[in-house]
Amino acid sequence: MSKSSQILASLAVGLAVCVCLQGCSSANQAANNPNKLQGKLVLTGSSTIAPLAAEIGKRFESEHPGVRIDVQSGGSSRGITDARQSVADIGMVSRALKPEEKDLKAFAIARDGVTVILHKDNPIASLSDKQIVDIYTGKVTNWKQVGGKDGLITVVNKAEGRSTLELFTHYFKLKNTDIKAQVVIGDNEQGIKTVAGNPNAIGYVSIGSAENSVTNGVSIKLLPVNGIAATTANVQNGTFPISRPLNLVTKTEPQGLTKEFLDFARSQQVSDIVKKQNFVVVSK
Amino acid sequence: MTLLKSKTLLSFPNDQWLIWTLRLLAVIAGAIALLIIIFLILESLPVLNHVGLKRFFTDSSWNPTAGLYNLLPMLLGTLLAMVGSVLIATPIGILSAVFCQFYAPPVVARFYRSLIELLAGIPSVVYGFWGLVVLVPLIAKMHPPGASLLAGVAILTVMILPTIALVADASLAKVPTSYLQGAAALGLSRWGTIYKVVFPAAKSGLFTGLILETGRAIGETMAILMVCGNVVQVPKSIFDPIRTLTANIALEMAYATGDHRSALFVSGLVLMVMIVLLVAVAEVISQNSTS
Repeated sequence: MSKSSQILASLAVGLAVCVCLQGCSSANQAANNPNKLQGKLVLTGSSTIAPLAAEIGKRFESEHPGVRIDVQSGGSSRGITDARQSVADIGMVSRALKPEEKDLKAFAIARDGVTVILHKDNPIASLSDKQIVDIYTGKVTNWKQVGGKDGLITVVNKAEGRSTLELFTHYFKLKNTDIKAQVVIGDNEQGIKTVAGNPNAIGYVSIGSAENSVTNGVSIKLLPVNGIAATTANVQNGTFPISRPLNLVTKTEPQGLTKEFLDFARSQQVSDIVKKQNFVVVSK
Repeated sequence: MTLLKSKTLLSFPNDQWLIWTLRLLAVIAGAIALLIIIFLILESLPVLNHVGLKRFFTDSSWNPTAGLYNLLPMLLGTLLAMVGSVLIATPIGILSAVFCQFYAPPVVARFYRSLIELLAGIPSVVYGFWGLVVLVPLIAKMHPPGASLLAGVAILTVMILPTIALVADASLAKVPTSYLQGAAALGLSRWGTIYKVVFPAAKSGLFTGLILETGRAIGETMAILMVCGNVVQVPKSIFDPIRTLTANIALEMAYATGDHRSALFVSGLVLMVMIVLLVAVAEVISQNSTS
C-alpha cells in the first residue's frame, strides 16, 4: 500500500517537474523568437553546397531548437529533380539554372570562382585563354614558349569529379581526357602547396582559398582570366568569367519554415561560414 | 590446443565459461573481417553488373565519369611503391636492430630505440606534409615535376622503417642467450654469430616484421596522396608521378556518385585481394620455414 503511494507520489513530482521545465523552455523560446518555428527541412543536391548548407543548418537549428535540417548530397541534378517532385523542400544546385529549369525559384547563397595560379617567382603576369588551353593539353610544355624563363611546365590538374575541375574545363572547353597533367590533386589547399613548392607549376584553384593563402604569405600569385583580375570582389560583382552561383532552389514561392531558412542562409549571420568554406558572399 | 586437451584445466567449471567467452570474442573478430569483405562486394556489385570485372583491367584509361575504369596503372603504382620501399627499409631496419642488440653500448641502444619508437608514432599526414613542402621541391630541382614514384618510395621507406626495426629488434632480443654462449664457445666471430646463429633463430620474427611493413606500405594513403602526383599512368622512370589504389579512393571519394562511387569500392576490393594474397603467401612461407 505504502509502496504504491510512494510510486504515485514520485510520479506526480516527476510530472510536475516536466510540466514546469517545458513551460520554462517554451517561455524562453517565445522570448527569443516570437514566431516559434517547428518542423523538418530536407535539402538534397550538390556535393559542393552540402557542407556549407550543413553548417548553416547547424546554426539555424541552434537558434530554433524545434527545427531539424536534413542535408543530403547527390549532385546538382538530384537537387533539381528532388525540388521539382517535392521529395526535398529545398534543392541545392551549384550552377546557374538552365532556361528549362526556370520554373524553379533560385536563391543564391554564395558564389564560387576559379582562377589559374602560378608560383610567385614565375615572371609571367598573364596568359591568354588559348595559351592556358595549350599548356593543359600538352601543346606547350616549356615556359619559354609563352614568354617565360626556360623550364618544363608542371601541369597541376584536379581529380575526377571535383567541381573546380568541372568549372575550369567548362570555361576553357576542355575535355578531362585531353588534359596532360603531371600532378593530380584533391582539394584546393593541396593545389596551393604544390604550386608554392614548384616555380614551374601551373594550377587552378578556388579564388577564395587562393586569396586566403596569398594574404598568409604563401608564394603563389593569381592570374587574371581574359584580362579580369581574379579577386573575390570581381566574383562578387559577377565580372569574373570563371564563376558560378551556389543556388538553393524551391518549387514554389517559399513560405513559412522554408522562407525563414532561405532568409537566414542569405543573411549576414552566416557570412562567416561562407568565407570559412572559401566561397564568396553574394551581395544582395 | 595443448592447453585445451589437458583434462586438468577443463575440470574447473569457470574455465568452460572462459572458453565460450573467448570463442565468442574470436567469432566477433573474425566476423568483422568477413563483414567488410561482404560490404565491399555488395557496394561494388552495381558497377560490376554494368561493366563487368574484365573492363577494370582492359579499359583504355581511368575516367569514371566518362565510363572508363582501368585500374591496372594504379595497381602497378601501388606495387612499385611497396616493393621499392620494402627493398630499402628491410635491410636498414634489420641491420639497425643488429646494431642496437649486439654492437651499441646499452645507453646508446636505449636512446636509439626510443628515437625509432618516436618515428613510429608520427602521424602519416605529418610525413606527407613534410614530403610535399621539402622533399617534392628538392626532387623537382633534380627532375621536374618532383611529385613522383621516387618521392613516394622515400616517404614510405621512412614510414615503414620503424615497423621492421622494432619488430626485428624484439625478435633478435628473444634469441636464447645459450645460443650466443654456444657460438662464443665455438670461437665464432661476432658477425659470424649473428649471421649463422642469430638470423636463423630469429627468422620467423624477422619475417613477421617484413609482412607488417609490407601491409603498411600497401595501405598507406595520406602521405602517398600528397607526394606521388596522382596521375593515373604506368611510370616510365622513378621521376614519373603515379597514383596508388588507396590514393585513388581518398581523392575521388568525396565527389563520386553512382557507378563512379561503386568503382571506387572495386578498387577497395582489389586492395583487399592484394592483402589477402600477401597474408596467404606469408602463411605458406612461414609453414615451410617451421616444418
